[in-house]
Amino acid sequence: MAFEIPKIHYTGKIKEITIGAGDKTATVGGRDCYPFHLFEGNMPHEPIIAMEIWDMEPDTWPEAAIEPFKDVISDPPAWAKKCVEEYGARIIVVQLKSTDPNGEDRPVDEAADLAKKIVDAVPVPVVFWGTAINEKDEQVLKKIAEVCEGENLSLSPVEEAIHKGVGASALGYKHTVVASTPIDINLVKQLNILLGNLGVQDEHLLVDSTTGGLGYGIEYAYSVMERITQAGLTQEDDKLQIPIINNLGNEIWKCKEASLPKEEMPTMGEPGRRAILMEAVGAVCYLLAGSDILIMRHPESIKLAREMINDLMAEN
Amino acid sequence: MALTGIQIFKLLPKTNCKECGHPTCLAFAMALASGKAELASCPYVSDEAKDQLAEASAPPVRPMQIGAGDRSFKIGGETVLFRHEKTFLGPPGIGVLVSTDTDEGTLAEKLKVWDTFQFERVGFNLRPELVAIKDANGDSGKFAALAKKVADESNFCLVLMSEDVGVMKAGIDASIDRKPVIYAATKDNVDDMGALAKEKGLPLAIKADDMDGLMELTGKLTGMGLKDLILDSNSRTVRRAFEDQICLRREAIMKKNRALGFPAITFPCEMADNLDKETVIASMFIAKYAGIIILSDFIGESLFPLLVERLNIYTDPQRPMTVEQGIYEINGPDENSPVCITTNFALTYFIVSAEIDASRVPSWLLIMDTEGLSVMTAWAAGKFVGDAVGIFVNKSGIFDKVKHKKLIIPGYAASISGDLEEEVKDSEVLIGPRDAAQITKFLKEFGG
Ligand code: SF4
Repeated sequence: MAFEIPKIHYTGKIKEITIGAGDKTATVGGRDCYPFHLFEGNMPHEPIIAMEIWDMEPDTWPEAAIEPFKDVISDPPAWAKKCVEEYGARIIVVQLKSTDPNGEDRPVDEAADLAKKIVDAVPVPVVFWGTAINEKDEQVLKKIAEVCEGENLSLSPVEEAIHKGVGASALGYKHTVVASTPIDINLVKQLNILLGNLGVQDEHLLVDSTTGGLGYGIEYAYSVMERITQAGLTQEDDKLQIPIINNLGNEIWKCKEASLPKEEMPTMGEPGRRAILMEAVGAVCYLLAGSDILIMRHPESIKLAREMINDLMAEN
Repeated sequence: MALTGIQIFKLLPKTNCKECGHPTCLAFAMALASGKAELASCPYVSDEAKDQLAEASAPPVRPMQIGAGDRSFKIGGETVLFRHEKTFLGPPGIGVLVSTDTDEGTLAEKLKVWDTFQFERVGFNLRPELVAIKDANGDSGKFAALAKKVADESNFCLVLMSEDVGVMKAGIDASIDRKPVIYAATKDNVDDMGALAKEKGLPLAIKADDMDGLMELTGKLTGMGLKDLILDSNSRTVRRAFEDQICLRREAIMKKNRALGFPAITFPCEMADNLDKETVIASMFIAKYAGIIILSDFIGESLFPLLVERLNIYTDPQRPMTVEQGIYEINGPDENSPVCITTNFALTYFIVSAEIDASRVPSWLLIMDTEGLSVMTAWAAGKFVGDAVGIFVNKSGIFDKVKHKKLIIPGYAASISGDLEEEVKDSEVLIGPRDAAQITKFLKEFGG
C-alpha cells in the first residue's frame, strides 16, 4: 500500500465570504483544512492578493514602490484602474491616508466623494482602510458607507471602540466589516461576538488580527493566525472561522530596511529588489499562516506571491 | 516520545532503596516523567533500561550538530508542529551551491563576498552557514581540490554532493576538519556511503523518491549504527516539497515514527530558474520545517529577508524579544536635542527608532528595561510608571549629555507625566504621540 501522510481530523471550516456586489465580487474562504494542505482537504477559493492604492500621493514611499505607478500616483481612480487593468488586481484596497488628523486631515465629505469615484472607476470590490485613529475613522467610514450604499465594500479597521457606529452603518448600507484587533486570539473572538450581537452576520465579516512587518512582529501575527486557524478548524470555534485579511504592503514598505540606501549598508544590496523580496517573503509567511486576502504593493512581489499560490495549488 | 511515570517505573529496580532521594521507585519515576529528576540519580538502573529510557525521551526529530568551527550549527530537536505550541529549536542552515564546474578565480571572489553577508539584529549575528559542493563530472581530484579550497578560504560549513563513493571519500579527506555533511546515500550506494559516514563520523544525507524509500534507507543505516541522518525526499515541485515537509514532521511528531524522525535538506536551487523565486520557495521551507536549505547564489537582497524570517520564526513565542536598556543616539544628537523615552520590547524599539531615524531630527532615545513589555502593557503592569521611569532617567546619565530637562514620553503613558515630573527634578514632560507613525510630525514641531 502506498504511504499516506498522517491526517489531521478537522471539524470546522472557514466561512465563505463574498465581498463586493453585483458583477464586482470576490469570494474567499470555504477552506476546510490548514492552508494549502490539499492532501487532506479543500480550498475552493485560493487566497487573493489585493492591491493597495493611497487616496493621496504617497509622501513616504521609496522610489522602487512609486516607479510602477508614477503615471497615476496623484490620481487615485486612475491608479486603481491601472492596478486592475495592468496588474490584474481582483480587489482594490484604498488606504485613506489623506484623512489622517495629524496629516492632511482631509474633511469627511471630500474623502467620501473621492471614495465613490474610486469605487465607480473599477470593476472589482473595494476595501477602505482608515488610519486607525478611531474618531476620524468612524466618521469617514460611516460616510463612505452611506455614499456607496449597497456596494458591499469592506470597511477597515473596525476596532472595538468604533464597532457599534461603523457596524451599524455597515448593516444599514449593506457593507462588510473588517474586525480589527491587536495581536490576541481572544480579542479577535470577542470583537466578532460583539459585532454578531450588533447584528452583523458572519457573511459580512473579515478579520484583521494585526499584520507585522518582516522583522517587526511578523512572528506574533503569524502565530496568532495559526492559532485562529487551529481553533476554527479543529476546535469548532465558529467565531474563529472568519477569513483573515492582512495589510502587508503597508507594513513591509515602511520598515527602515525597505528603503535603506545601498551606500549605507552595501551587504543588503539594492533597496528596490530587497524590499520586493521582503514583501514576497512576508507574503509567503502570511499565506502559510492562513491569510485569505493579502494586501500588497509592488507588482513584482505580487507576481512572486501569485506564482507561489499557483505552485502550492498545482495538481500533484 | 516521552514515557509516562508508570512506563518508566517498569524499567526501575523496584527496590525502593531511596538512594535517589525519592521515597520509592514509583515516586522517582513520576519525577523523571515530569522532568524534575535525572536518571543518573539512581545508581542501580540497568544499562539496558538506560538505553530504553534515553531512546524514549529523545526528541522525535533527531537533533544534530552540523559542521565544525565558527559557523557550525544545530538542527532538528523539534517537538511540535506549530511554533505557538513550543519554540522551534533548530533554525535551518542556509547554504549556497558551487560545482566543480565553477571557475576558481570567481569562486575565490565569491567566497569573500559571501563572508560579508552578516547582519546584526537585536544582539544576533544573522548569516548563512553553508557551502554545498557539487561533483559535476566524477573527477575526484577536482572535487577534493574544491572542498579544500572552500574549507581553507572560508569558515563555511560544507555539504559534499556526490553519489560516487570514491569521489566523496576524496572530498571528505580534503575537508574532514570542517565535518562536512555527506550528500547523498541512495539505494544504489547505501552500503558504501553508510560505511564511509560511519568510519568518518559524519552526518549522512539520504535521497529517495518517496517516504517508503526513505524509511528503507534510514532503517538500514540506523541498523549499521548511524545516528545523524538527513532526509531528501527528492521532490522538486513546490506543492510536493511542501507536502513532504508536512508529512515528515507529522510522521515524527504524531506517529512517533523514528524512521522519518530526521531533519530534511531542501534545494530551492533546483526548484526555480531565478533567485527571486528560489527566495520565496526558501521562505516556505523556513516556515515549514526544513533543516538545510540550499540556494543557487547568495545576494544581500535575498539573504536579508530570509535570515530575518528565520530569526522571527525561530524565536521563543512566549518570550518577547528585547533590546538593551540604555541611551541610543539617532541622527547624531547634541546637547539641545529632544529626549524620547520608551520600553525595551524589541518591536517598540524598532518601530520608534525607525520613525525617529526617518524624521531626520537628531534625537536621544532612552530605552528602559520593562522585561520586553510594550508601552501599554508595561504601564498596565506597573513597570512603566512615573517613579520607575524617573529613577531610570536619573540614573541613565542622559543629563550629562543634554542641557535641557524636557522628556518626551509615549502617548499611551500620558498619565505618568505628573509622577515623572516629580521624580526628575526640574523636568518638563511632554506627551508624545500614541502612534509611532506620528513621531516625525511631533519631532519636527518640537524642533521648530
Ligand atoms: S535509587 Fe533507584 S532503586 Fe533506589 S529508590 Fe530510587 S529509583 Fe528505586
